[in-house]
Amino acid sequence: MRSRSVALAVAWRSLHNFFTNPTLVIPSVLFPLFFFTAFAGGLSSVSNAPGFDFPDGYTTFQFVFVLLQASAFGGVFTGFSIARDFERGFGRRLMLAAPNRSAILVGYALAALGRAMFVWVLLTALAFAVGMHVSADAPQMAGLYALAAIMSLAAVLWAAGIALRFRSLQAGPLMQTPVFLILFLAPVYVPIELLHGWVKSVAHVNPITAIVEGGRDLISDSPVDALLAYGVGFGLIVLFSVWALTGLRRAEAAG
Amino acid sequence: MSAATRIQITELARRSIVRSLRQPAQVVPTIIFPLFLVAVNVGGLNAATKLPGFPTNSYLSFAIAVPFVQAAIFAVNNGGADLARDIETGFFDRLSLTPMSGSSLVIAQLAGVVALGLVQAMIYLLVALIFGASFAAGVGGAAVLLALVTVIMFSFGCIGLFFAFRVGNSEAVQGLFPVLFVFLFLSSGSLPRNLIERDWFRTVATYNPVSYLIEGIRSLFITGWDARALELAFGCAAGIGAIFMVLAVTSLRTRMART
Repeated sequence: MRSRSVALAVAWRSLHNFFTNPTLVIPSVLFPLFFFTAFAGGLSSVSNAPGFDFPDGYTTFQFVFVLLQASAFGGVFTGFSIARDFERGFGRRLMLAAPNRSAILVGYALAALGRAMFVWVLLTALAFAVGMHVSADAPQMAGLYALAAIMSLAAVLWAAGIALRFRSLQAGPLMQTPVFLILFLAPVYVPIELLHGWVKSVAHVNPITAIVEGGRDLISDSPVDALLAYGVGFGLIVLFSVWALTGLRRAEAAG
Repeated sequence: MSAATRIQITELARRSIVRSLRQPAQVVPTIIFPLFLVAVNVGGLNAATKLPGFPTNSYLSFAIAVPFVQAAIFAVNNGGADLARDIETGFFDRLSLTPMSGSSLVIAQLAGVVALGLVQAMIYLLVALIFGASFAAGVGGAAVLLALVTVIMFSFGCIGLFFAFRVGNSEAVQGLFPVLFVFLFLSSGSLPRNLIERDWFRTVATYNPVSYLIEGIRSLFITGWDARALELAFGCAAGIGAIFMVLAVTSLRTRMART
């Protein structure tokens, strides 16, 4: 019960800070909308390339990637909040007050999900406004948003592990850059079969590829390898949970 | 130019160059990040070369122009942030007590970003050639490329200086980076304008001067000597430079009056 109170209090505080601070809200919203506009608008003729066979069109193809990317970056930006809290000493006071410190992490993860959901609503509204075609039914769309939630959780746990180890905003690039790299080494612009050179080889072993392709299969009502997509997603969450919890122990040890 | 002005510019320019090249945090990401993005785009968008009307069968030759302009966006950040730091630390106040002219100060402050830009340009060109990009304009084209990069870096550097004089805060100048990135994405950087399907995007790309900077550089790689593309590129770069140079000098006067 007390753990739940801690988690909800941390989540509420983090979300309150987010929604009342335009310098946090505006980039979080504008970046995904801008990426979606630039990719879906500027590159749509790529769908005319031989071998591009995504049935629902290029806007839908890019929507899935940008949705997952926005979710991941929402998690990373929440990691920035964790680093800021610890840099300013608030995290230390929080740890003194919390009977179960893991609940602090749960609170930040809930906040990341809340931020992601806010962006999902705006991004989805924009995508439908510009004519996105969706073959999926409601459960398939729910499955897509579940994948986005998994991305958000995996990213916030990764970023939390860094934030709790360094306890400084200067570690921001360490949280952000690997996420950026791994996302862009998935099939961003075209299906994996149309990738070229070393990027294709990397994309084949990149775990994010399974999640991106799973999402695209779900939205286009195509046969989806759900076990692979969700399995990889949950695997990342387990891995980064261990990473974040050991980070929390480091922060505790540092005092 | 008087001897005194020349000495002023030389000394401040030397400081600007040394300061830029001595900061690995400024130099390394500005070389690695654009090359990584172009590598990913080449892997991801190579299929676009199969589109009818695509000007080359090598996406690398097409896309390699983008890092040159991306480097200029970094120049806005780096040049502007360096000047803002001078303002924050009080160095600029001490400079303003000397008889140095405003335009000398602006020109000299940009020496560092221009020098760094030329280093970046040579690395991008070398990497492009190693990985098989064509460079249709030959050796003479390389000289034109470096001249164009110099003008672009100077012009974008003026944008950074203008904002630095206006806000006097390095964090606020850093915030310009995403805004300028928007111009890069809404340009003909990823596809030729005639192959952009969405009308609104093609219109934005057509009015976006960054498209012409990219197309000028790209012409040297793909076409060889395209006088029209080069005129537009040099013209847009010089136009941006002239506008922001005037704005920077005006803002400098305002700041000096306040000081």
